[in-house]
Amino acid sequence: MMTELTPTEIRDQKLYLQWGLSEDEYQQIQNDLGRLPNFTETGLFAAMWSEHCSYKNSKPLLKQFPTTGDQILQGPGEGAGIVDIGDGQAVVFKAESHNHPTAVEPYQGAATGVGGIVRDIFSMGARPIALMDSLHFGELNDAHTKYLVDQTIAGIGDYGNCMGIPTVGGETTFDSIYQSNPVMNAMCVGLLDVNDQQKGAAAGVGNSIYYVGAKTGRDGIQGAIFASTEFSDEHETQRSAVQVGDPFAEKQLMEACLELIHEHSDILVGIQDMGAAGLVSSSAEMGAKAGYGMEINLDTVPKRENGMIPYELMLSESQERMLLCIKQGHEREVEELFRRYDSEAVQIGKVTANKQYQLFFKNQLVADVPIHALVDEAPVYRQPSQKPAHISNKAGQWYPQIDNLTNTFEQILKQPTIANKSAIYERYDSQVQTNTISTDRSDAAVVRIRGTKKALAMTTDANPRYLYLDPQIGGQIAVSEAARNIVATGGIPLAITDCLNFGSPEDPESYYELEQATKGMAEACATFDTPVISGNVSLYNESNQQPIYPTPMVGMVGLIENLDWITTLDFKKDGDLIYVLGKTGDDFNGSEIQKMQDTDIHGQLFDFDLEYEKKQQQLVTKLIHQRLIKSAHDLAEGGLAIGLAESSFASGRGFSVKTQLTGGQLFSETQSRFIVTVDPENQTQFEKMAGNAATYLGVVGGQQLRIQASDSLLQIDLKQAQASWKGALEWQLK
Amino acid sequence: MKYSIIRFPGSNCDWDMFYTLQDVMNVTPVFVDYREEELPENTAAVFIPGGFSYGDYLRSGAIARFSPIMEAVKRFADSGRPVVGICNGFQVLTEAGLLPGALRRNDSLNFICKPQKLTVENSQTRFTSRFNLNQTVMFPIAHGEGNYYCDEDTLKKLESNQQILFRYQGNPNGSTDDIAGITNERGNVLGMMPHPERASDALLGGADGKLLFQSLIESVAQNI
Repeated sequence: MMTELTPTEIRDQKLYLQWGLSEDEYQQIQNDLGRLPNFTETGLFAAMWSEHCSYKNSKPLLKQFPTTGDQILQGPGEGAGIVDIGDGQAVVFKAESHNHPTAVEPYQGAATGVGGIVRDIFSMGARPIALMDSLHFGELNDAHTKYLVDQTIAGIGDYGNCMGIPTVGGETTFDSIYQSNPVMNAMCVGLLDVNDQQKGAAAGVGNSIYYVGAKTGRDGIQGAIFASTEFSDEHETQRSAVQVGDPFAEKQLMEACLELIHEHSDILVGIQDMGAAGLVSSSAEMGAKAGYGMEINLDTVPKRENGMIPYELMLSESQERMLLCIKQGHEREVEELFRRYDSEAVQIGKVTANKQYQLFFKNQLVADVPIHALVDEAPVYRQPSQKPAHISNKAGQWYPQIDNLTNTFEQILKQPTIANKSAIYERYDSQVQTNTISTDRSDAAVVRIRGTKKALAMTTDANPRYLYLDPQIGGQIAVSEAARNIVATGGIPLAITDCLNFGSPEDPESYYELEQATKGMAEACATFDTPVISGNVSLYNESNQQPIYPTPMVGMVGLIENLDWITTLDFKKDGDLIYVLGKTGDDFNGSEIQKMQDTDIHGQLFDFDLEYEKKQQQLVTKLIHQRLIKSAHDLAEGGLAIGLAESSFASGRGFSVKTQLTGGQLFSETQSRFIVTVDPENQTQFEKMAGNAATYLGVVGGQQLRIQASDSLLQIDLKQAQASWKGALEWQLK
Repeated sequence: MKYSIIRFPGSNCDWDMFYTLQDVMNVTPVFVDYREEELPENTAAVFIPGGFSYGDYLRSGAIARFSPIMEAVKRFADSGRPVVGICNGFQVLTEAGLLPGALRRNDSLNFICKPQKLTVENSQTRFTSRFNLNQTVMFPIAHGEGNYYCDEDTLKKLESNQQILFRYQGNPNGSTDDIAGITNERGNVLGMMPHPERASDALLGGADGKLLFQSLIESVAQNI
């Protein structure tokens, strides 16, 4: 049981420091209140001013991002961003990180990560239509990592599967840097009728504040604060800061909320998820956003446990809860609606005029603070920044050592980051809602929009190795690769969401990485006209002072305006001609082959040209619209050799290719490249349009993978190569 | 004539079934809430869709079978009219005693979702008349508890009465005798783990499932 210290005890024992408030911040709170804050109030400020809720360290850097555009209906600041896709419809999406909970309790951590992001989407009035994820774990040579992977997948799958939202794509990589601090990012995409768009605002004096969904327990207390500090070896003891999920309750809650939004919009003023920092953040944000105050009677909050004190009730992160603002006089309507879904709706407060945030408990006023102080006046820090020592200015390229090209190729196919991920994605229901056109057969997942000729393409991408070597260029590449995936699938990129997973902002080297990565991402977003419409920041990803690689996940959604333009990566027919678009250089620093041969990555990252990238993407779009290419696949980790192999495996067709490149260069990771296939009938037209961007490689066909490089030959039976690629991960997970 | 789709709390393939019946098969589907005590008049067939009724808590299908609507479904089945349970619907039908056997957790203990090849074992039924005997078809599967089990005697009966309509090629979940779908003895109640409604649109990767719906809709028309 928690004991509530008195205001003077808090001051004297410096409790606020334990809760993550600095001396200056504690002083600022005293100035705001004109007195010492009590126990509950200190807790409210600690949560609301945590990095997780206030973005106090990242805000100045996030300002670099473009966030507006003709197509953007809602940028950052709401539950999720919204992009117009025409015909009165819009796509809603956001991503969220749940790294810390996943590290200590992977099943519940991952499950509630999914649950939280789904609530963000339906709180905007949208029906969730797809889930994606981005996972980074330690190496699979360790039993604990295998446990983390297994339970994380189970958590994601069980939640999404039960909700009936297909998990259509994602990425999973393995690197020892994530051993103690895995990255678990989940993204949800929803479809919205523009007329149903909602906001998380509580306006109108006297309107009712409704608590709907599950009861409040002691789970997840201080979750936001927990997410804003580094790990140490003691983190096993932090399990109680992880929430517990109930996807069935959330499914019922979602259907109830969507019915309220779609059928009773006249009585609904605002709606918001109770996510990080639970009741306090949702209620204070809703009031502050609308310019009103709020009073809440904590005695009415549905409770799962006895003896909970105001601090616990306000900071609990119990799942499957939402907050509504309902027009005065319509209370019964709401209560009846939720009852039909076996979900609870309880009036817990009302909107007030005085801009104070007031909590009552057992008829006592237990917190009384200016609402804007809580929500809008968290201090903002520009931290000192220093270029990390590991970032090399030395030009100089590492070269792979290749004695037997075919052996090296087969070895790369088995690297867990390259190997087929069916052992993971087959545990997710990717088909429910019967709109999934493609998951693993295209660079981006493709989901049709029922009743139209359109589809959405969606992808999550991060290549932290590039960012580690050069955060700015790596940031540019992360966005560019996402766009390349959308384009290769036949889509036009619309916008991005992101999860910025970095080390402590108080460490100048980590802050430098965040600063440079966001700069690079912003430059790329401007180039592709893909504003950042939502996202989250997860700092303090460190374990015993060792930060993870800078890992900004980019979640991008694109629009495919015509189902006929959907382009997959599998070879289509024997005899089709294979081309590579884009030049291949000696770009090995930070590559998969460097990691495999040297066990770590090093050297200066290769150059990257955003304008050239954009031109290449525009060419691919033109080729798709002219129906001149039958398959398209962007070249990423593992380079040309792996790209060709993936197109082959997806189709069961071999290939025979001849190139001026060396055997080593087959694994170079030069950006801005695609492999495409062309019907021989269209060869002249294709070559005319592609010009010198395209280099002819060879033909599709047979049951061998054959690449004649300038200095060596790669030749392997398709079935044998495919078995290595397909079996490697499943075997290593055992 | 209406095709009634039962909705339990947690059903999530209800709309997939609805759209397939309405947009692909051009018949009239209606949703029926689990609290109802009667099926709509003019119900031609009942579908129990996939999902996680009551979160699959306790055991999949174990709570749903006590829903008020299930008494009406039983009466409908007893009158010899068609009832189809897909995935969670199959689990509900075994729990309700309308089909023999039970569905256990997959032998891998993991949920599994993938395209699955099946063999049509009996094409002389109202659900499979459009298929050829021994035809290979592809229906997606998506389940955590699809491992069909029955005892020896039941299995013998299923075989001698030709109640096994679909078998897996490459058993994905440990099911007894590779069983993917069965009927009751009378042949009017079908339960299957694979999803024909997910295989009814070529855009989504295959349309073999349409044959099942066509067979059923034709049998309904002939009985009128």
